[in-house]
Amino acid sequence: MTAEAIAFWVLAALAAASALGVVLTRNIVRMAASLVICFLAIAGLYATLAADFLAAAQVLIYVGAISVLIIMAVMLTREMERGNRPGRFTWPALAAAVLFTGTLVWASLNTDWPLTDAPAPEATVSGLGDLLFKGDSLVLVVEMSALLIIAAIIGAISIARDK
Amino acid sequence: MTIGLEHYLALSAVLFGIGLFGALSRRSALVILMCIEIMLNAANLALVGFARYTTAEALTGQAFAAFGIIVAAAEVTVGLAVIIALFRHYEHISVDKTNLLKW
Repeated sequence: MTAEAIAFWVLAALAAASALGVVLTRNIVRMAASLVICFLAIAGLYATLAADFLAAAQVLIYVGAISVLIIMAVMLTREMERGNRPGRFTWPALAAAVLFTGTLVWASLNTDWPLTDAPAPEATVSGLGDLLFKGDSLVLVVEMSALLIIAAIIGAISIARDK
Repeated sequence: MTIGLEHYLALSAVLFGIGLFGALSRRSALVILMCIEIMLNAANLALVGFARYTTAEALTGQAFAAFGIIVAAAEVTVGLAVIIALFRHYEHISVDKTNLLKW
């Protein structure tokens, strides 16, 4: 096996196991820690896909910011005492998830994807920068996402404020 | 065996399924939000896999995944604010006991 294959299998096993840990653990703080490990494993998978900028963004945004937000919400809502309780729909949910996953895996294995043999770019940052900001590019979408973030922050403050 | 697009798509489907099971079967709104994060990450992983194996040079798939990360950040901000407001109102965040919008 090549180093690439070993990296993929190790990171894939880590991601799947920690995602299962998020769903199955009872203790909410351990769930949040498991979620952080899952995000880190996915950042590693981005690195195996030659997406260096996205791997760094994943670590900064998910591992750094979103998990801190989730842990603060755990502390603010006293969920630690209650734990991760299953609802009434465990078996239908399991059936739906297994059916959906099976369909997706079957479709992805049996579709004839238009694959390319081109080698991955060495570094993606300058290419992504050109794509996002240069000339006839996605710069409007970048501005719109800034607006979205501002709207989300203002909305979050006004929803969570103590009236 | 070389690693191809199918491996990443299958892993993405498995992660999405795990998140879907959690989001459908748990009571706590916080746990459901965490499972939705797993599902969003699975979708981003599929996008980056497609970007690598179908258009290695174009990078549009990676830009799409970057916008996915931004939208997920906005979503989790508003979602956690809603959860905290829910806790202020009810002293719990169980989705099966929350019926504020039900008449």
